[in-house]
Amino acid sequence: MKILEINNCKKQFGDLEVLKDISLSVEQGQVISIIGPSGSGKSTLLRCATLLETMDGGDLIYLGQYAAKDDGNGTAVYASDQELKQIRMNFGLVFQNFNLFPHYSVLKNIMEAPVLVQKRDKAEVKAEAMELLRKMGLEDKADAYPYQLSGGQQQRVSIARALAMKPNILFFDEPTSALDPELTGEILKVIRDLAAEKMTMVIVTHEMAFARDVSDHIIFMDGGVIVEQGDPQQIINDPKEERTKAFLSRF
Amino acid sequence: MTFATMLEQMSTGMLRTVGIFVLTLIFSMPLGMLVAFARMSKNRIIKNIARIYISVLRGTPLMLQLLVVYFAPFYIWGANIGGYRFAAVIIGFALNYAAYFAEIYRGGIESIPKGQYEAAAVLGYTKSQTFMRIVLPQVAKNIMPAVTNEVITLVKDTSLAFTLAYQEVFTIGKQIAAAQTSFMPFVIAGVFYYIANAVVAFVMEIFEKKMNYYR
Repeated sequence: MKILEINNCKKQFGDLEVLKDISLSVEQGQVISIIGPSGSGKSTLLRCATLLETMDGGDLIYLGQYAAKDDGNGTAVYASDQELKQIRMNFGLVFQNFNLFPHYSVLKNIMEAPVLVQKRDKAEVKAEAMELLRKMGLEDKADAYPYQLSGGQQQRVSIARALAMKPNILFFDEPTSALDPELTGEILKVIRDLAAEKMTMVIVTHEMAFARDVSDHIIFMDGGVIVEQGDPQQIINDPKEERTKAFLSRF
Repeated sequence: MTFATMLEQMSTGMLRTVGIFVLTLIFSMPLGMLVAFARMSKNRIIKNIARIYISVLRGTPLMLQLLVVYFAPFYIWGANIGGYRFAAVIIGFALNYAAYFAEIYRGGIESIPKGQYEAAAVLGYTKSQTFMRIVLPQVAKNIMPAVTNEVITLVKDTSLAFTLAYQEVFTIGKQIAAAQTSFMPFVIAGVFYYIANAVVAFVMEIFEKKMNYYR
């Protein structure tokens, strides 16, 4: 089952073409990593997929439902706010800088959206939130505030916050880039565990070895296009394109 | 005039001073929010109106503004401004302080990182939920020191109501001082203002401490 489909996505900031005709699709349970140099458009692609940016042209489809549809002349026409609100419930996003709410406790960070937005039962959500915290090894931090946690702990809370919404697909935007190398491992382990549970994920990352080991499919982007994609082992160990080789030679 | 009589008359004035203070806050704080939103509006006309409003009210003396608010209805429309004195004081103060509060609010709102809005958007919060639950509580904490400053200034600025001969503590004190050729009313007024501000500082500190549970 296709969870996400992006066709011919185009995005321009002023005169700068950030995304030139990008297409990708994500099957249920698939883990896709997107790698590439800074400015290659990978974060913008993720931001388009999560509706934080609007694409100029192309289709954006979650589980067969159009969030945006190309009108045939290269202009993306977005669905109504009501439909987009519903479509948003399909995905979660983990940010590079966590973006936890500093004035909420860890537990409230995780619980508020399911209760407020999804109107789910508070007691039930709380039980699930505590279970998620246990999974993240943070059960004793439920009442702590984000400033009291390390970066790695904050990122695990933000992953729990995203998971509490029961998304069909989870996006990660460079989830370890703001962490020092010692804390990177704990986040990568959490993502590995999620992959083992067949969580559908799209991960923008600079961790090449991790991308190779955890993903089913790797996309290498540069200059707003997909330069090369395919089997993780092949892309990382034996890239075909010169641009990919040049990029990977630095790791 | 005995000291007790002096104190009694000036206490009556102090109550009026507190009245100006409280009413000014009640009107200027929400009005300031409105002006701040207008100032941040994407609509250029609304934005520029707010910009001019703030510029004029911060750029001219409050004393002059009080005189304009009080006498303008008479000079422009020939209106009878007999019973209008107190209302004019409150309108003048509220309009002036709204301009200052607007800029404090704007600074506070613009200091909230974009990531907070984005996290809320992805989680499905509506715009108003994002503002009320995520943005506003953080703004309140950030602007507390600036608001405290403004509120303390307001306590002292209420004395400008003497411009419209409104019988607050300073106006009464000046009258007694002139009539009795005594320095004592000024001392009493100073003590009154100081006590009022000590209370304000104390209350604001409680608010600040209350919001200190996070960073």
